[in-house]
Amino acid sequence: MCLGIPGKIIEITTQEGTRMGKIDFDGVELEVCLEATPEAKLGDYVIVHAGFAISTMSESEAKETLDLLAQIESLQEESES
Amino acid sequence: MLDRFRDKDLVQGALAEIRKITTRPWAIMEICGGQTHAIMQYGLNDLLPKQIELIHGPGCPVCVTSLELVDKAIAIASRENVIFTSYGDMLRVPGSQQDLFSVKAAGGDVRVVYSAIEAVRIAEKNPDKEVVFFGIGFETTAPANAISVVKAKRQGIRNYSMLVSHVCVPPAMHAILGSPNNRVQGFLAAGHVCAVMGYEDYKPIAQQYGVPMAVTGFEPLDLTLGILDTVRMLEKGEVKIVNSYSRAVTREGNRIAQQIIADVFEPCDRQWRGIGLIPMSGWKLKSDYVDYDAELKFQVQDIQTKESEVCISGQILQGLKKPNQCPAFGTLCTPQNPLGATMVSSEGACSAYYRYARD
Ligand code: SF4
Repeated sequence: MCLGIPGKIIEITTQEGTRMGKIDFDGVELEVCLEATPEAKLGDYVIVHAGFAISTMSESEAKETLDLLAQIESLQEESES
Repeated sequence: MLDRFRDKDLVQGALAEIRKITTRPWAIMEICGGQTHAIMQYGLNDLLPKQIELIHGPGCPVCVTSLELVDKAIAIASRENVIFTSYGDMLRVPGSQQDLFSVKAAGGDVRVVYSAIEAVRIAEKNPDKEVVFFGIGFETTAPANAISVVKAKRQGIRNYSMLVSHVCVPPAMHAILGSPNNRVQGFLAAGHVCAVMGYEDYKPIAQQYGVPMAVTGFEPLDLTLGILDTVRMLEKGEVKIVNSYSRAVTREGNRIAQQIIADVFEPCDRQWRGIGLIPMSGWKLKSDYVDYDAELKFQVQDIQTKESEVCISGQILQGLKKPNQCPAFGTLCTPQNPLGATMVSSEGACSAYYRYARD
């Protein structure tokens, strides 16, 4: 329940005034509340806890982290070896 | 791209970097039980240099929900006319006499739900029953639990209530760092708690105790990176907070989620199972929502709690002992026959060791 997992938004709806959506978690589809992620669009990844999306995954930040990693020397050695 | 955060070579590279920069022993706590499980699952514990010790923290809501509340849940669930709903992990958590699962086995209407919103829906469909949801969790599940009450109120659903056992991370950090037995020198701050709350609140804690922290995610690479960033700060003597999980966490967190929480909950003292009372470490329903408070709705008195005599989960939750130091571990106590909540929960340290320990 606490281990939030990222899932992909495949549908966005409004139910009784609440922003909801259908999320695909690696093939398992669940209904999730999107009230706190108004910026999330179809195809975006959100992190869901107990049926509530708490954050939208930023692709550019993910890329930045990976780029930073690529600068670590040990990583270069590791991939060359 | 998200798959890259499971990439073996990248993890190996980050581990090599940790080995390279580590010159002294360091004790780092991952506060979140979900991270404890991921660490054990991927065997990161064994791959780190010997000088780095990971201490497992109390961040398992199932584990720290007080025995009194578990007993209250059992008492409420045993009543006629009640549909008791809960996240699945709570069902096997031992109360003083029995667990919720045995209430269900004896014919009680106990149902596992994935979210509190589902419980509201059950209430809507069963207007002649009282539907109670066991609202446990840290900051991560608080928005989900809070919005269920907002929805119930908005839709005029009156047969829904919540047995609230919310706990918060910062007061627990104070309790750990302020203890005379404390060994923690650095923290992996739980990424998803920070996704909701941001990480500004941790700054004064880091400063007060001189403990650096890295906001850390849950994939193997995220965990390794969080540890790398923490070791870097420790080796340099820096006391900062680094965001090692920037794709999901911003400094200020999710303001909308924070507002939903603030509309529904307010801070209160809370008992932590095995640890004791931590001042202002929990959330309870605000007065606007008292009608939805199951503790008030079902006056469950005469709760006499009795904790297992062998279980040392309190010490484990405080990072003082490891699960395999418990004499009952794997013998008297197993996931099939748990003596403590830490053996039940998918975030509990004992169950992580039972499932993944390689020796
Ligand atoms: S192994 Fe069982 S008895 Fe021992 S501390 Fe863990 S939960 Fe308690």
